[in-house]
Amino acid sequence: MASVPAVLQSEWTKIRTVASTSWTLVSAFVVTVAVGALLCALLASTFDDLPPTEQATFDPTLFSFSGMALGQLAMVVFGVLVVGTEYSSGMIRTSLAAVPQRATFLFSKIVVAGVLALVVGTATSFLSFFLGQALLGERATSIGEENVLRAVIGGGLYMGLIALFSMGVAAMLRSSMLSLGILMPFFFLVSQILAAVPYAKDVARYFPDQAGSKIMQVLPQTWNGDEVPYGPWGGLGIMLLWVAASLLGGFAVLGKRDA
Amino acid sequence: MIELEGLTKRFGSKVAVDDLSFTVRPGVVTGFLGPNGAGKSTTMRMMLDLDNPTSGSVRIDGKHYRELQEPLKYIGALLDAKAMHGGRTAYHNLLCLAQANRIPASRVAEVLDTVGLTAVAKKKTKGFSLGMGQRLGIASALLGDPEILMFDEPVNGLDPEGIHWIRNLMKQLAAEGRTIFVSSHLMSEMALTADHLIVIGQGRLLADTSMADFIHQNSRSYVRLRSPQQERLRDVLHQSGLTPVEAGNGTLEIDGATTEQVGELAAEHRIVLHELSSQRASLEEAFMQMTASAVEYHAHSAPGHGPQWAPRDKGA
Amino acid sequence: MIEAIGLTKRYGAKTAVYDLSFQVRPGAVTGFLGPNGSGKSTTMRMVLGLDQPTSGHVTIGGHPFRKLPNAPRQVGALLDAKAVHGGRSARNHLLSLAQLSGIPARRVDEVLGVVGLQDVARRRSKGFSLGMGQRLGIAAALLGDPQVLLFDEPVNGLDPEGILWVRNLMKQLAAEGRTVFVSSHLMSEMALTADHLIVIGRGQLLADMSVKDFIAHNSAGFARVRTPQTEPQQREKLSAVLTEAGGRVMPEPDGALRVTGLALPAISDLAHGADVRLWELSPHQASLEEAYMRMTQAAVDFRSTDDRKAGLMQQPAPGYDPSAAVTASEVPQQGWYAPPPPGRNPYASTPPGGAPTGRDPHPDTPPAAAPAPAAPAPAGPPAPAAAPADPTESSTEDAR
Repeated sequence: MASVPAVLQSEWTKIRTVASTSWTLVSAFVVTVAVGALLCALLASTFDDLPPTEQATFDPTLFSFSGMALGQLAMVVFGVLVVGTEYSSGMIRTSLAAVPQRATFLFSKIVVAGVLALVVGTATSFLSFFLGQALLGERATSIGEENVLRAVIGGGLYMGLIALFSMGVAAMLRSSMLSLGILMPFFFLVSQILAAVPYAKDVARYFPDQAGSKIMQVLPQTWNGDEVPYGPWGGLGIMLLWVAASLLGGFAVLGKRDA
Repeated sequence: MIELEGLTKRFGSKVAVDDLSFTVRPGVVTGFLGPNGAGKSTTMRMMLDLDNPTSGSVRIDGKHYRELQEPLKYIGALLDAKAMHGGRTAYHNLLCLAQANRIPASRVAEVLDTVGLTAVAKKKTKGFSLGMGQRLGIASALLGDPEILMFDEPVNGLDPEGIHWIRNLMKQLAAEGRTIFVSSHLMSEMALTADHLIVIGQGRLLADTSMADFIHQNSRSYVRLRSPQQERLRDVLHQSGLTPVEAGNGTLEIDGATTEQVGELAAEHRIVLHELSSQRASLEEAFMQMTASAVEYHAHSAPGHGPQWAPRDKGA
Repeated sequence: MIEAIGLTKRYGAKTAVYDLSFQVRPGAVTGFLGPNGSGKSTTMRMVLGLDQPTSGHVTIGGHPFRKLPNAPRQVGALLDAKAVHGGRSARNHLLSLAQLSGIPARRVDEVLGVVGLQDVARRRSKGFSLGMGQRLGIAAALLGDPQVLLFDEPVNGLDPEGILWVRNLMKQLAAEGRTVFVSSHLMSEMALTADHLIVIGRGQLLADMSVKDFIAHNSAGFARVRTPQTEPQQREKLSAVLTEAGGRVMPEPDGALRVTGLALPAISDLAHGADVRLWELSPHQASLEEAYMRMTQAAVDFRSTDDRKAGLMQQPAPGYDPSAAVTASEVPQQGWYAPPPPGRNPYASTPPGGAPTGRDPHPDTPPAAAPAPAAPAPAGPPAPAAAPADPTESSTEDAR
């Protein structure tokens, strides 16, 4: 077997030396934090205009993560590019000639990119939270409150898992364009629209993003939130299953198909 | 050493490579020839374990490719000049490969220097011309200083200096005892580079023989003579049972004789020779002869090839 | 006829082509050679009116390309095989070109037949291989049955049959009295195809002469002499006699002698006089590649170096014999290291085409297969050294 530390180092160099991967991570960070901060500032000034029911179920932690709806798209792009550019550039042939053990190759790539996405995701999540709370003023919560730390760490996990899921999809489809063409509209539109449609939302709540994002919720029921048959960790578990399925699918394709 | 045994690849109902068995030996440059669509690229990809064979196997020094610990130290390949990430610099593209196989980073700078890319090492490869991409690919093949090297159309996009360089490089690597396997469509280039030939057509082995034998078996060879005493020379040759043919410009050509034989004969009869050379057909002629006689190739030839190659443009 | 006068092209501070003047005459295949980045493509683009010269001008049949009445009927060009809309079928692509210049649709099927694409004519060209794209490009060039044809690297991606076909096609087009201008990096291919050469380096004209003259001017031929293997003393004797007569004698790996500076008949007479029997006496003309290399040495962008392997601390693998590398190089395989003979090529009297053995790049095909009317006198200067070379400064030239 190829030396795993060597392959990990190689994959780290691959990520480090391409501008597109760092840019997507930077935008995931900036977009999430900036949009979250903006919405928090906006809400703080208009909070009193909200209907009382919404005021009662306001979840300041979840609200400070509002930027993630956009920021996660950059994470999707990151995940797709890490795997997809191997195919679109033709580098995959060179890479597999150097590391013919497909499992070592794919999982080293996923470990390196996944850890990086998790680190960036966690940083994003913490900064979004603290900045958001600062801007929410008297509506703010604190990290010491019950379940808040879990939600903030969960936000980082969510970002990382979204990237991992995208890597698996890109490995299955073997194309950056195709993967982005499916994942971007799915996360940005399809999933969010279906979640608002009666009956469809019973299915949509098992989608990776819908299920996974429950971890960021501190109050079990927030405004426009539905009751779901799983808790925050259950939701994350469902997302993990999705991620595992996509990664295994990607590995199966890599192993079976001609490079 | 590369050994292929019964290698077969089917794409659906189409057989791209059909029960191919041959051995590529060290110490010589082995040329890999065949018309377009003969299965050369598929074969080379299966050699690197990029495509899965339908049946049969490839062994690199007795091992399957996947069993190789750090494959770049055993076998280096240039398959496709553009098989690098365009957004990465030449140096970093090679560094990733080096690290995966625990090759020291200093070696990266060295191979870049070898292929003459040092000045553009820090440039992103998407701006590279085909020739520069080719040089980068060659650098990646040399990276692990492997005993086996494979080159698919190595001179593609190179300028004359580059062509000359890669040819001498391949010969030198072979002379060092390495195994060199090179595919090309350029017969004139192959004739200068390869010592041994493997020819396939329609995925099947057509020839596995030395260059000299290949040309000898597939074309005419003869002795060319020039002499100020041509009349006497003719008589002497006729007496010895040889039939010289006048070939214009005062030269004679004799089929089925050796220069040694004719030289001795001339010396014996004190005839002055101004030329005594053995003539061979070109590799291209021999190749055309062979693929033309492989009837089934023509019968099923891919569109665009086959008998219609002869120009017959009569104008509008 | 293509005529360039004082053609110059600058991109900012960089001069791609400088004061280039040449003529490409009808009835012959004219090869256009030069290292990467020497300005070949730029020149071709200026000929076709795609790039505007900074100064000077180039005409085709007396008119600048843009002023040619119905240019596609007069000039055909293959510049880039992939310059085709991928979504269109080969036939539709040609049809649209034909309609632009009033060429009947019948001609489209005709040229598709000529290049052997009739069976895939209705397939989208997106799925075409490089070789098929190349054939399509050639079909487009032939469409208007033009008198002037330009080909840039025409054999790219073609298989051996395709290469032979293109070579014969170009020769035939020239034999029909057309002007055929071909650029290529493949010297061995050019030697078989071209009658006349235009060589540029760093945007300047290095040579404009027939292939035969070019080789004679820029490299030395030699004679290969072999004596009976059974009697080594004969070899010694002959070697001494030839050296005494002013020849330069070098041993070849197979025991033959490589002789420069003496004509074949002279060698024969000397051998005869010394009572040495000859088993071989063959003229070898230097290859076009050798001649080209010698001329353009100073104008090359990327120079490769030896692989030092200092970065690899690895021990030589078993079977690795460093001495093996040395034995094979008793005589440089490509003999241009030997200095050219002072003055004339001593073998100028022997016919061209040489006497190749198995591995000679020039099988006995004389370079001039097509009847070349009005064989032009060498117009260029006899191989001046290339423009001042600064490889470090120039090596990024190709990176566009």
